[in-house]
Amino acid sequence: MPSPAHPEASVIPWQTSIASDSRTKMAKTSRLCSLLLRLLAAAATLCAAVVMATSHDSTTIFGLTLDAKFQYTPALEFFVVANAVGCGYTLLVLFVPPTTSLSRLVIVFDVTVAMLLTAATAAAGAMAQVGKKGNSHAGWMPICGQVPSFCDHVMGALICAFVGVIAYFVIVLHTIYTLLSPLFP
Amino acid sequence: MATENGKQAEAESRQSPPKSRLLLSLRLAAVLATATATVVMALNKQSIRITVAVVGTSPILQTFTAAFQQTPAFVYFVIANAIASLYNLLVLLLRPFLRAKPRDILVHLLDEVIFALVATGAAAAASMAELGKNGNEHARWNPICDRFEAFCIRGGLALMASFAGALLLLLMNAFSTFTLHKSVLSQD
Repeated sequence: MPSPAHPEASVIPWQTSIASDSRTKMAKTSRLCSLLLRLLAAAATLCAAVVMATSHDSTTIFGLTLDAKFQYTPALEFFVVANAVGCGYTLLVLFVPPTTSLSRLVIVFDVTVAMLLTAATAAAGAMAQVGKKGNSHAGWMPICGQVPSFCDHVMGALICAFVGVIAYFVIVLHTIYTLLSPLFP
Repeated sequence: MATENGKQAEAESRQSPPKSRLLLSLRLAAVLATATATVVMALNKQSIRITVAVVGTSPILQTFTAAFQQTPAFVYFVIANAIASLYNLLVLLLRPFLRAKPRDILVHLLDEVIFALVATGAAAAASMAELGKNGNEHARWNPICDRFEAFCIRGGLALMASFAGALLLLLMNAFSTFTLHKSVLSQD
């Protein structure tokens, strides 16, 4: 039974009080939480990138071939690249040990990648809305009627990306309020 | 012992004057940038008259209008920037009441949310602006900027102001994160 005057010898250096057991539990729970959130974000961004990258459809109208690929639209290209970067970064960060100076740098990059993913999702969402509804004032016809498989893929990719964005938002909040303020109630 | 620690944390959580002046100026600049973006995009409208047919010798003119309401991305852009500028203005006005620790953290959290709002609005509007400028030949969508030059220029200016506002909000967030928790960082 450790007393306050003599710190218990343990593997984690900052345990010095009687409440060390509950602190270890809290630290372990928060580490597990962070791991699960990052795995979810990695899976979601990977899914979004892959589903968008495999979206292509073509149709023939009056002898004219109308084909739709994600490379034809810069916003969707940006979406694929951003989600790929987000997935790679998340998997890389899983190997960073917590409570070191590197983990403080990870916070900054976390926020950057979260913003990258939100911007990519927003841009792809705007393009998807135009593709689905068209814009009668600009004379832009909707294309989802002609290439339904492409539109379905884009919708699926957007849903996965939204899940990834929400996961990243929770990760950022979690990292800030556990790493920067361990005494935060 | 506990009250002394609490008072020390309270005093340390209040930023020193140069830092709080920097945050204040960043917030003021963000208000100006987002307000500019809102107003310029909200007043963005252009009508042109084009000859659509010629009957005999007299041409028939039709008026075509480009307005921000026609594109949902631009509507979201206006709303997001309006919310951001009003929120930051409110925080600026209520600064004396927001120094206590729990309110400080609430303001910081809302700052992050508002930054995400502005960033998504700018991203969506930028993708629509790129489409309007370059069109998409694969989807048979013609660019409109060659016809509606003033509309495109004003939209571009609003977009630039919004990007500047987003950058300022990002700097403010980053700075606020590292100064808000400075008392805890110094204990590590």
